Amino acid sequence: MASPFTYTARSSSSSSDYPLDDEHEALRSTVEEFARDVVAPRAAAMDEDGAFPYDIVGSMAKMGLFGLPFPEQYGGMGGDFFALCLAIEELARVDSSVAITLEAAVSLGAMPIYRFGSEEQRTEWLPRLASGETLGAFGLTEPGGGTDAGATRTRASVYDGQWVIDGTKAFITNAGTDITSVITVTAVTGESGGRKEISSLIVPVPSEGLSVAPKYSKVGWHASDTREVSLDGVRVPEQNLLGERGRGYANFLSILDEGRIAIAALAVGLAQGCVDESVKYAKQRTAFGQSIGNFQAIQFKIADMAMRAHTARLAYYDAAARMAAGLPFKTQAAMAKLHASEIAVTNAREATQIHGGYGFMNETPVARFWRDAKILEIGEGTSEVQRMLIARELGLG
Amino acid sequence: MKIVVCVKQVPDTWSEKRLDPADQTLDRAAADGVIDELDTYAVEEALKLKESLGDATVVVLAMGPAGAAESLRKALSMGADEAVHIVDDALHGSDALATSLVLAKAIEQIGYDLVLLGSESTDARMGVMAAMLAERLGVPQATLASGVAVDGTSLRVTRMTSAAQEEVAATLPAVVSVLEKINEPRYPSFKGIMAAKSKPTSTLSLADLGIDASSVGLAAAATKVLDSTARPPRGERTIIKDDGDAGARIADFLASRKLL
Repeated sequence: MASPFTYTARSSSSSSDYPLDDEHEALRSTVEEFARDVVAPRAAAMDEDGAFPYDIVGSMAKMGLFGLPFPEQYGGMGGDFFALCLAIEELARVDSSVAITLEAAVSLGAMPIYRFGSEEQRTEWLPRLASGETLGAFGLTEPGGGTDAGATRTRASVYDGQWVIDGTKAFITNAGTDITSVITVTAVTGESGGRKEISSLIVPVPSEGLSVAPKYSKVGWHASDTREVSLDGVRVPEQNLLGERGRGYANFLSILDEGRIAIAALAVGLAQGCVDESVKYAKQRTAFGQSIGNFQAIQFKIADMAMRAHTARLAYYDAAARMAAGLPFKTQAAMAKLHASEIAVTNAREATQIHGGYGFMNETPVARFWRDAKILEIGEGTSEVQRMLIARELGLG
Repeated sequence: MKIVVCVKQVPDTWSEKRLDPADQTLDRAAADGVIDELDTYAVEEALKLKESLGDATVVVLAMGPAGAAESLRKALSMGADEAVHIVDDALHGSDALATSLVLAKAIEQIGYDLVLLGSESTDARMGVMAAMLAERLGVPQATLASGVAVDGTSLRVTRMTSAAQEEVAATLPAVVSVLEKINEPRYPSFKGIMAAKSKPTSTLSLADLGIDASSVGLAAAATKVLDSTARPPRGERTIIKDDGDAGARIADFLASRKLL
């Protein structure tokens, strides 16, 4: 498809005035409408009861959101990664749980199979993941560590033509829904030169010996399904090795590089949602006989929030454009993720402040945004890891 | 089977609508244009009929300035097969009579078994277009449909009026206007959005339809808007929902106005 960055007019009601090409703009406005009309009215209740919204995920599947970046031959929509990011941003403007469900299913669940899978693996797994009929998950992090790959304790060895996998994975998104069909896990498959050899293995759900714990009680992202996964002598066919043996961790790092652009989009959506809610509230709320939006103390806060959302959006657009053009984008993706997640936390804090006492009430959208924001500085590479990556690119350390 | 769906580009439902003080017509530049929501139900019903009948073509038809192409594109991305856009500067200010004249000519030219449209537009809200089209085309009409079934050339429609629910039958061709309770319009998929680009789209002028420009437009309108005044803005509102403390919050509000 053509570059997404041709200059055409964009509707003034959108969150950004950045000119997108017609197809990306049509997708963005469609998801914006869906988020506003279908997701937003449900968000407070989903946050309250933490139930996974199967019907909303089903509607997203019908819209093709789970297949956005995959070719049609694998049941995809024939779009690109940037299209996925736009959809994630618009969902996150109203609800992060739904947005992360999409992000994790596509970028972490299906993408490794698309990027590193054999033709047989792609044909077997991608159509049902790209259609959104089932969800995929990726198990990298363990109770003992996420960033430190050397600490991986899950082990897998071949016996009688089957991989036998033992270990525990922590904080795995989409691991325990009724429609989860696959969890790809990293495991130590040997040792060479004193270093652990880490490989990726495709584990179908259900599998004997595979169990998921009850949902975690989380600070935010309440309606997203996050669980601990235990593998106790799980056996999968030898051909379920995903990608080259020993390349599991390296491959997953490259998945994380692009995943960071998607997380940045999610963070921008949350930051923009804070702007949307604050503008609405500032116009409606009165104090001292006038709307609080007349006070510069409030105006300046909201102006800064809008500026932060805008600049973070440009950062992820840039990383996505580089990726689409086949240019190196690792540093830009790290910067976009780092910046967007930090400004999301800042905007959520400021929006809560603007809402005063109501900002501390759970049913107020910005209170939910405030709880949903913090994880953005932790998941898919902490802010510290992003800074390490950027510093390394600058030739330091 | 050919289904023609009439769609209208209207100002965004949520926006403030304004009349142009110069000629008292809708100021289209004042708000974003969108496809009339009620017409999306007509598009959805056409697509559902196509899916159940198998052999059907859905043509979407709009009359309006250049921007109306956006509404046609939306209908194409939902799954309609072709779009026809009637665009002509002389149409500016056309009333319902002129609009029905132009649409009916275009529908005849396109060819049709069934014409579907929303029961009224969200901007003008006259709710007369289905009746006018049926009259001009000389075919049966069924308005306010909450259900449509087609079997061969026979049409069955469930009509919902404020007084009764009626089952009516007619032989195709016919004109049917739909209510929003008839279905839940689909959201376009990205594949649909991409496919819309390559679907056949044509534009028609008044000359293409053989209509004399003097029979349409503002000058030919049967009624004239002489003057208009914007509705005075509503006073500032605070909506208090009762979560158990509504009484206290109302008291706070009154106190903040020094009324308590």
